[in-house]
Formats: sequence, structure tokens, C-alpha cells
Amino acid sequence: MTDVSAPSPSGRSAYRINLVGLVGLMVVLFWGVVAALAPHLIPHSVGEIVDTDYFGPMSRELWFGSDYLGRDMFSRIMVGARYTVGISVVALTLAGFTGIVLGMIAAVSGGWLDMILSRLLDALNSIPSKLFGLVVVAAVGSSIPVLIVTLSVIYTPGAYRFARALAVNVNTMDFMVVARIRGESIFYLIGAEILPNILGPVLADLGLRFVFIVLLLSGLSFLGLGVQPPYADWGALVRENIGGVPYGAPAVIFPSLAIASLTISVNLLIDNLPSKIRDRGAEA
Amino acid sequence: MTSLVQIRDLKVEATTDAGRRVEVIKGVSLDIAEGEVLALIGESGSGKTTIAMTIIGYARPGLRISGGEVRIDGTDMVTLPENKRAALRGAKVAYVPQSAAAAFNPAITIMDQVIEVTRIHKLMSPASARAKAIGLFKALSLPQPDSIGDRYPHEVSGGQLQRLAAAMALIGDPKVVIFDEPTTALDVTTQVEVLRAFKAVTAERCVACVYVSHDLAVVAQIADRIVVLKGGEIQESGTTREILERPQHPYTRELLAAFEPKTHARAPDGDDVGRHPLLLVEQLTAGYGPKQSGRPLVKAIEAINLSVKSGRNLGIIGESGCGKSTLARAIAGILPGYDGNITFNGRELGRNVRDRTRDQLRQIQIVFQHADTALNPAKSIEDILGRPLTFYHDMKGKARDARIDQLLDLVHLPKAVRRRLPGELSGGQKQRVNFARALAAEPMLILCDEITSALDAVVAAAVIDLLKELQRELGLSYLFISHDLSVVEAICDEIIVMYRGQKVEELTPASVNAPQHPYTQLLFSSVPKLDPTWLDTLRQGAEQVRTYC
Amino acid sequence: MSRLLIAVVTLVIVSFAVFFATALLPGDTATILLGQSATPEAVAGLRNAMHLNDPAYVRFLRWIAGLMQGDFGTSYANNRPVASLIGGRFINTMKLAGLTAAVSVPFALSLGITAAIWRGTPYDRIVTVATIGIISVPEFMIATSAVLLFAVYLRWLPALSFTSEIRSFHDALRAYAMPVVTLTFVVSAQMIRMSRAAVVETLNTPYLEMALLKGASRPRLVLRHALPNALGPIANAVALSLSYLLGGVIIVETIFNYPGIAKLMVDAVSTRDLPLIQTCAMIFCLGYLLLTTMADIVAILSNPRL
Repeated sequence: MTDVSAPSPSGRSAYRINLVGLVGLMVVLFWGVVAALAPHLIPHSVGEIVDTDYFGPMSRELWFGSDYLGRDMFSRIMVGARYTVGISVVALTLAGFTGIVLGMIAAVSGGWLDMILSRLLDALNSIPSKLFGLVVVAAVGSSIPVLIVTLSVIYTPGAYRFARALAVNVNTMDFMVVARIRGESIFYLIGAEILPNILGPVLADLGLRFVFIVLLLSGLSFLGLGVQPPYADWGALVRENIGGVPYGAPAVIFPSLAIASLTISVNLLIDNLPSKIRDRGAEA
Repeated sequence: MTSLVQIRDLKVEATTDAGRRVEVIKGVSLDIAEGEVLALIGESGSGKTTIAMTIIGYARPGLRISGGEVRIDGTDMVTLPENKRAALRGAKVAYVPQSAAAAFNPAITIMDQVIEVTRIHKLMSPASARAKAIGLFKALSLPQPDSIGDRYPHEVSGGQLQRLAAAMALIGDPKVVIFDEPTTALDVTTQVEVLRAFKAVTAERCVACVYVSHDLAVVAQIADRIVVLKGGEIQESGTTREILERPQHPYTRELLAAFEPKTHARAPDGDDVGRHPLLLVEQLTAGYGPKQSGRPLVKAIEAINLSVKSGRNLGIIGESGCGKSTLARAIAGILPGYDGNITFNGRELGRNVRDRTRDQLRQIQIVFQHADTALNPAKSIEDILGRPLTFYHDMKGKARDARIDQLLDLVHLPKAVRRRLPGELSGGQKQRVNFARALAAEPMLILCDEITSALDAVVAAAVIDLLKELQRELGLSYLFISHDLSVVEAICDEIIVMYRGQKVEELTPASVNAPQHPYTQLLFSSVPKLDPTWLDTLRQGAEQVRTYC
Repeated sequence: MSRLLIAVVTLVIVSFAVFFATALLPGDTATILLGQSATPEAVAGLRNAMHLNDPAYVRFLRWIAGLMQGDFGTSYANNRPVASLIGGRFINTMKLAGLTAAVSVPFALSLGITAAIWRGTPYDRIVTVATIGIISVPEFMIATSAVLLFAVYLRWLPALSFTSEIRSFHDALRAYAMPVVTLTFVVSAQMIRMSRAAVVETLNTPYLEMALLKGASRPRLVLRHALPNALGPIANAVALSLSYLLGGVIIVETIFNYPGIAKLMVDAVSTRDLPLIQTCAMIFCLGYLLLTTMADIVAILSNPRL
């Protein structure tokens, strides 16, 4: 509801918004590259004790200081990116794939299949995510495969709901009726008619879900229930070094900053995507 | 005498998605005298609503008044600060929206919304406002004027809401009221009532009106003067008689020509004897909602019989909710009927799509009203047309490409549109692609569901011509569904009139001018004519109106 | 009414999921309890005593029946009834959650709604950016930042809030300040975003344009026309955000060593104390379901069409 006198966005501010998105994209790409190449980039081995002092300050040798055992924080964060980004991406892919495919199938077939799927996944969704993580870890212990499966199970219902809501809208379109009376199979309907129409918003939504996965994984690791030693993701790095809080040690600040930089960048990127991609038919 | 509203060299800019600015109103000037009814007429995109909105000092999001002045009683709405404009809105200038159903707040009772203007501008006490509103309800011949205001918007009908919106506009005794296509969303039989009410109530109060419409016949009934717009510019303006009787501008003539009754070279009645029915529908009954002992809760069509002869066209006419679209869906098998038989080309068809063979599906194609939703926005025209070719005829590569070009040629579209997306085409072009897709299947029968209703009159006339041409070339049959009598008359050999899910009358070319059933008579007589005296002289049986409106 | 039914059905499915996730997955409870060195006979004896040899559905039904009667089972770790372990801590958590809700709901709604009213202004942009920032950051980071700021640099508050008992209002304030502030941040960000979106959505409707064309002022547009229609979505936003509270509580109680039910549960996970975990999980799920069902009911009541 703008009025006549409301200033229309000028060309400059439109450009700046894109710049913000670009910065987000750069940071996301940066962490992607770091995660892929970490072992070749780190100056010290992650287990090597390089500092006689613990919670050492930032220095020319140890850019991010040293941790509670005197290990190089810079190297540990670089390698931690592998676990945080890697686990999250795999879990997101699993959750996204199952959620979106099931969502489209439910929307297209409707009826009892839709009802059962929606009810089941809604119930799953009504277990708070951290709690779900805790329960599973309590039952089967924590390992990387368990974390991946748990995270993907937790975030499947969300992807399902979002994809289903969009697909339901598309499904009411006449071209779906036309395709149906042409005699097309359900796989053609979801793959060729629906998917291209919801892909943009669905990918944007997956981006947001990625943020949630990273946060949950970090939270679990922070509680000591996520990635287990000797491996350490960013959440685990914060937990290891939580004793450094009273000294304001870089060892506890930098892993937190790493998480924040990744999640904020993803959010900025998505918020500044061209509205054509981001526009959503329905809010899940 | 200075006029009440003076618009001088008005310019409005739109900002496109890409951030570019386009001038949509290119220097328009016009005057409205006190108590005068001025009509702005033009097709979609002509800028008629945009101009009307500037009188109330408003531009929709994305639009901006970039030049000129809009004076009401000497006050320039363009330069006025927003809070001063707000003080005039509702009190001096009021607005009646196209869709009252959307413009009423669903969470507030009608009365509270109608008298809100008096509250905002502190015009009178709530009690006297209520009394005044009830007076307006009576003047607008609304049923139960004393209690209708206590209801919520979803509890009254569309025609009533539209009149209530007029009451809402008139409550503050404005000097100008803007009517933005106020009857477009209504059925013709309802439209007559609403138009009458509007005309009476505005004339009595001597309010100046700006009536925005695309329908020349409707405008002819109430306007003193008509302004014809195209592409954001005034093409022609003059008194209603001048425009109707002596149109100067070619575009105005085109508009008028679209109204001329189309003569359809119908086959003489005796010619049909030897022809076998291509489609035979017997006792078809279908409905919606949860099934109770095998029958759906809501019956949408009941025991419909019809037959379409090979190479002939059958028209189905009726108002919204009469079941005509349901009938098309039941024949196509999308909404399987639960009773009755469908015979096609001598063979019985399954009621459900799933029970029909691919070849049976191929032979009956359906074309929908809204090309926007009938064409997948994410696929190129090439893909849209190519799919039925591959699916039904197993065409690939060069053969397919050649056939796509051929199809585009058939519907008079340039080959250049092949790689475009539907969103990049105009409404008429989209509808042609929509039709070409049906042709790609090489059907014998095409079900046309309101295919011209979303198009401007001139474009619609061209589409009808195309349909006729294709019929001659390809020997097709059409089942043509529409609410618009003139369109159906232009193309159909026989006409079925539907009301509340039932067939009330079947008309042959001979009987089309002398319908027997009272509903048919009401429906036919409600179609506005270009004659400006039509509405005032129209006499419809009170009995019929009560029964069917 | 059907909403309540759906909630009950969901609860049954959830309890099913919680039970089977904990009870059916690998790891023999008896072995865990007795340790690796236990004799097979001792393990078998314990299994019998705990009915672990019964079929899963029997144990499930027995567990549900117990829950219904208020019997939450016995903690594996210290052999005390789960109910007694939970009692006081449940109240502690409710205090924390209630206090947070009391602070965050008015705070977040007023920010969200005002941001919607002045959409596009610098104020709106600041609110939007700030909420994105907070949503993107893990709860423990907000908590540790709060500790760094208030306890380490400013030295206003103790880092661990619940080391000593609370005697005065001042103590209470000092003790609750940081957990509540942290949780409020976590919960509000989401709530601000969603309530803003809900109001903005109704601002784009034709009936708001109509009201504007009747000369209504901006506050009137929002308060009289937009808000009543946005009430349903806003209630939903509040419920959903408060359910984030449940997740936030787990982290916050751990960091501040707050003697609540979430801390209890995290400890129970470390000791694999299944009855305790199951009960805590059910309490959390129940809380979540209550919130969402209440939001649904508000949405229905606020809409004259339903």
C-alpha cells in the first residue's frame, strides 16, 4: 500500500541490494571451497599442539589463537567447516529430495494418500527439532551417519509442507487438467509440469532450511551430543573452548563467528535473490 | 462555468520489474461537470482505471503521477499532501470497486464498513449514519434493508455487495463517484438490476460519476459523455449519441463493429437428417462433495441430454453456477458423472478419464477460458505444442518441429513465438496457443469453455473468426460454452440454455429468436444493447426476475 | 472441535514415535545399566524384572497406560520415580518460559506490527536486518555473547546464575536476567518476522486499498482493517515462535546451569536414562501441541467465516 508520494526505489538502491546478495554468495562460496579443500589449506595439523599456552591470543603464527590444549584454532576451524558444511549439505539434500518428491506426489494424487502423508509428517513436525535430536542421540548414540539421518528426518516435514503447498496451487491450474486428460502419468505431471513452476521458491526455501540445519547441528554439538571427538565441527569447537569465555578467548569467539558468517550470508543471499525466483505462491 | 473535475495533461509512470520507467498515461485532459456521468472506455491496459484513480488522488503500487494536474473544485489532488488527500477521500470523491467481494473487509460487518466514512471524516453521529445507510439500501432496492447491514460480507450475494459498495461510496455525499467496472463480475440478469439501482440513485442525488468500463453497451445506458481510451491516450470523446452514431476514430469504429451481430451461415434444418451424432450425452448427472450412498453431496448437473453432430457446433449458455463448466468437465471425464452415458462416434466412453483409451482421449480436446492458467508458465510454446505431438503421434525431431510450425501457422501466430514463454505473449496470442495445443492432438471434437470471455471484444471477435476458419479447413466440431449470448450465436448451430444444473431449453436456428422458457426470455432480454434507451425501456416480467435472480 | 481431535491424534503418533525411537533402537538397556562387566545372568534377570522381554507393543501400551495414570516410570540412573525428579524442575522451566513469553510477546508483536505500519522506512529495515541476524545465529552464541558482555566485560551479573539460592527480588532479577534476555532474543526474532509478514500480507489486499480510498489514516488502516484479519496468522506466529522457546530452553538451561527440565533431559541423554528422556520428550511435545492448537482456535475464533 504505497501512496502517490512514496518514493519509488531508485536504481542505486536496487543495485546495492544486489550487492548485499553478492556478498552473501561470496561468503557461502568461500566456506564451500574451504570445506572442500581444508586439508590442503591448513598450516598445522588439527591435533598438533603448537602453543605452550592455552587459549592463546591472536598472533602472526596463530591467526585465531590457540585452543584449550594449545592447538591452532585457524586450522581447526578450517577443518571444522568440513563437518558443519558437509553434514548439513548431505542432510539437506536428503531432506529436500524426499520432502519435495513426497510433497508433489501428495499434491497431485490428493485423497487419502495426501491425507496420510500430511498427517504423519505434521506429527513428525510437532516434535521440537532439538528434542528429536536429543532423543535419537540418547537411543543410538551419536555418529556422523546418525546425525545426517536425524537431521534429514527432522527437516523433511518442513520441505514437504512447503513443496506441497506450492504444488497444490500449481495443481489447480488448468494446464494440469489438460495434462491429465491427455493421459499423462504422475511422474510426468510432477516432473515436467509442477517441478519447473516451483523450483525457484523451493530452492530458496531449502536455503533457509540449510540455515536451520547448521544451527541445529551446531546446537547439538555444543551440547556434546553432535559430532564427537576426535572430530570437531564449529559447534563442538565452541563447546571445547567454552572455558575460555571468562578470558574472552579468540578460541571461543571465532568458531561462533564462523557459524554466524555462514548462516547470515545464506539468509542475505536468499533475501536478495531476484524476486522472480523467490516469489512464492504460498507460505508453508 | 468551471467544471467540477479538471484533468490537465495528466501523465502517469509505471516502474517495470526490471526497474525501467514507462509512461502509461501520456498527457490526458478531460473535464467533468457537476452531476455529469462520464464514461471511460477502453480495453485492458488502456489506462482507464489508472486515470479514474488519479481523481481520488491515488496511484496503485508501482505507478506514479509524473505530471499534470487533477483539480476537484479547484484543489489539485496531485500536489496535495497525503493527509489532505485523505480528508477528501470518501467525503468529496468516492470509489466503487470492480470486485466488491474483495473490497469488503471480511472481518467487519457491512454496516460498520458502510458508515466508516462518516466516522473517519466526523460527518454525523453513528445513529444518523446508520439511518442514512438504511435509506440508501432502500434506494438501491436491496432486500431487507434494515438488517442486511448486520451481516458479514461473505453472507450476501455478489450483486448485493456491489450495491452495498455503492451505498458505502454515497454515504458521505461526495461530489464525484468513481465506478470501476462495477458490473463486470456480475451475471447479465443481475447486471440489469444493479445498473438500474446505480442510475436511479446517482441521478437523484445529482452526483457526478466517472464510469470505467470495457463494455460499450453498458456505458451507453448510463453515460452522458464517453471518452474512448487506448494506450494511455484519449482517442475520441463526445456525447454518448455522438460516439454511438457518428464515431470518428477508427478504433471507436472497431469497438462498435465488435457489437454487430455475427451472422453464422447455419446449415438449413433439413440438412442434418443424415448426419450421425458425433457426441451423444444421455442423462448425464454429476456433482461435487463427499459421496453419500454413491451420490455426491452437491448436484451440479442433472440428467443432461445433448448431441453434437459431426461438423456442427453446439452452444451451451447460462450464468455463473448453472453447471455449464461442470458439464464440460463431466464430458471430458475430469469430473466423472455418476449417472448417464456418453457415446462418442458410436462407441460408449468411460465416465472417468482413466477408463478411456489414449485414442479416445485424443479425439476430444478441451480448451479453457484462462490461457494464463491453461499454459504452463515455465514451458516454452514449443514444448507446450510439442508434448501432445510426441504423446499421441510419437513425433520427434524434424517432423515434430515442422508440425509445430504448421500449427502456429494454422492459428496465425508467427514462428518467432516458438521459443517464448507464455508470459511473454498477449492475451489473444496465448489463447491461440491454447487452441493450437488442442489442434495438435488432431481431435474430432473440441470443448471450448468460455474461451473468449477473458479477451477484449475486438480480440475475441478475431478468435471466433479463427475458430470458424479452422472448422471449414479441418472439419471439426465444437461444443461451445459461454455466458455471452452474442458469442454463442456467432458460432453455434444449436443452443442449449442451462439454469441451476438443468437444461431448460434447446434452441434451433429457427427458434433462437423466439425462446419459450421464461428464464431464456429473461436471459436474452438482459443482454445490454447499444441503444441508450434500452435500459430505460426494458420491461422484464417481475415474476421472472423474482424467480431467477 | 476437530482441531482438538487432530491434536490428540498427533499426540498419539508422537508418543508412538518417541517410544519407539528410544525403546526399539539398538543398545540393550539392561547391559547399559549394569555395565559391560555384568554377568549374562544378571542382565537376563534385570531384563525380566523390567519386562524388557515383552513384545514392543505391550511395553508401549504399558507405558502409555502409566502416563495416563501419572506414573512416569522409574529413572534408570538413580532409581527414583521420574515424577519426583521432574516435579520441581518442571516448575522452574515454566517460570523461565513464562517470564520469557511475558517479555517477548508484547515486545515482538509491537516491533513486528510497527515495522509493518512503517514498511520501507529505515526503521523497518533496521528491524528486518536485526531479526535476520539474530535468527541466523545459534542460541548458544547469543548466550555466550550475553555472558561475555554482562559478566566478563561489564561485570554486572554472575556468569552462572543459579549457584546460590534466591533471597530477594534483586537476586531474582540478577539470576533471571541473562537467561530471559537470551531466550527473548531467540524467540522474538522469529515472532517479529512472522507478525510483520502477516500484517504486510493483509495490507496488500483490495479491502485495505478500499479503506485507504475512504480516507482512513495509516494507524486506522492497520489497527482497524489489517489487524483483525491478521490475527490468525499472528497467533500462529506466536505459537510457532514459542515453540522455538522449547528448543532455546535446552541450550539456555545448559549454559546457565539452570535447574530446569531441559537440563535434566540433557543430563538424562548422557546417562541414557530412557524413562526420564521419554517423559521429558512427551512434556515438550505436549507443550508444543497445546500452543499450536491454541493458535488454531484463535485463528478460527477471529474469522467470522469459520
